[in-house]
Amino acid sequence: MPMRFDMNVLDETELIAYALRELYMQAGYRRYRMSKFEEYDLYSRNKSFLGTDEIVTFTDTNGKLMALKPDVTLSIIRNTPDGEGAARLCYNENVYRAAKGGPFKEIMQTGVECIGGVDASCVSEVVALAARSLSILGPRWALAVSDVDLLGAFARRAGLEDESDLVFALAAQKNLHEIRALCRRKAVAADREEALIGLLSLSCPVLKAPERIGSLCVMCGVKEDIRVLKAVMDRLEAEDLSQNVQLDFSCAGDMRYYNGIIFKGYIEGVSQSVLSGGQYDSLMRRMGKKGGAAGFAVYLDRLERLEKAGGDRC
Amino acid sequence: MLNIALPKGRLGEKVYAMFARAGFDCPGILEDSRKLVFENPEKQVRYFWVKPSDSAIYVERGAADIGVAGKDILLEYRPDVYELSDLETGKCRMAVAAPKGWRDDGIRTLRVATKFAFIAREYYASQGRDIDVIHLNGSIEIAPILGLSDVIVDIVETGTTLRENDLEVISTITEISARLICNKASFRFKQQEIMRVAEGLKRTKEG
Repeated sequence: MPMRFDMNVLDETELIAYALRELYMQAGYRRYRMSKFEEYDLYSRNKSFLGTDEIVTFTDTNGKLMALKPDVTLSIIRNTPDGEGAARLCYNENVYRAAKGGPFKEIMQTGVECIGGVDASCVSEVVALAARSLSILGPRWALAVSDVDLLGAFARRAGLEDESDLVFALAAQKNLHEIRALCRRKAVAADREEALIGLLSLSCPVLKAPERIGSLCVMCGVKEDIRVLKAVMDRLEAEDLSQNVQLDFSCAGDMRYYNGIIFKGYIEGVSQSVLSGGQYDSLMRRMGKKGGAAGFAVYLDRLERLEKAGGDRC
Repeated sequence: MLNIALPKGRLGEKVYAMFARAGFDCPGILEDSRKLVFENPEKQVRYFWVKPSDSAIYVERGAADIGVAGKDILLEYRPDVYELSDLETGKCRMAVAAPKGWRDDGIRTLRVATKFAFIAREYYASQGRDIDVIHLNGSIEIAPILGLSDVIVDIVETGTTLRENDLEVISTITEISARLICNKASFRFKQQEIMRVAEGLKRTKEG
């Protein structure tokens, strides 16, 4: 006998989690279930990827140091064998972390990972799926998209390669006045400073973005390949999602793990980003895996206080 | 409506004057009262007076869309906000000060009294110097006089308090001034209004 129940028993977060799972599975993503406990070693080597030192650990009956689910992405990378093509996986898991020296928290996370033979089309598919996820979370949403390789190339052309961590940190704050001060201290040529500032101030419709970036590249003498960024913009345009997408080079991630396209999602009424993702080929290499990877996580815990917002769930 | 957190006190009044000159005035805000929230529906702005060290928290948590905070607070607490401009007011510096004639022997762990533990740790880590941070909430200058610390790390504006207590600046860590900060999510949904204020303040500063 089929099981029936009243949908009203589900709270808002549960409804969103199921709507997202449906979206990902319809897009061809297979569910990934993570073990509750995994070897601590995997996480201790990649603590800065997690953004926290605080992981719940214990010694199991065989004397091995184990961790209680601090992250899903690392687990997926380790447990997905190298193979032909791209593996498409989605998940919905509780993870356990402490941030900024605070207490441990249980965080409900849902998301997707595309791993292995990842090309421009896979990256575009993941970004478009991120945009569709945001449209489920709330009626007013925004997705900020950046290309950290391109920003890195502009910083190198400006002669700031030794200061790239600082440039990325200032870029993440939209702190253009201190980037200008840094350029003056390092005697950066005026046209390259203007190109770097121009890239970081960029605010234009998605359709115009490749053209504007192209002219800034010429100005700065950057020959970086922007085919992936262009493919992402084209896909968003084709799926009629581009009106809520902003090209914004203040989106940044840890360069030891991330590369290429990085993005963050926001919905009106929540003061932090509710979605974060990008390409992490560098993390794949660090973990001895072949190919590339792209994915994102939705932070369902940040939606707790959101009123029933009526996103596109049906 | 744009929600704006301003630091209470002399700096806040100076900064509000900049907002008013930029065209975002709010009648009644400078009247002597205990009221903390002021609104001008015509200009679509709502100001809150908050404790200067809390301004960044209001913005980071989204209670305010934008606000003004000292660079000292931004460096110490590292809130996840945008820093849209340097308002070039409330200028001072974060410095290390010690009793006149004091010299660091470089051997013993340096005892540092400060309100700014993170800034002090970062600064001395960059110098490869071990320190013992003594966290105080006020009257920092008294710590080396009473032998509680060797040096202090604190904000120095004119240097009068240091001089009157026989202390002197031995190094400057960084220059400090008031910054216009912005909540990252608000920037996505109120970008035009926020940039209108930021541009107005820029014109006021240049004028």
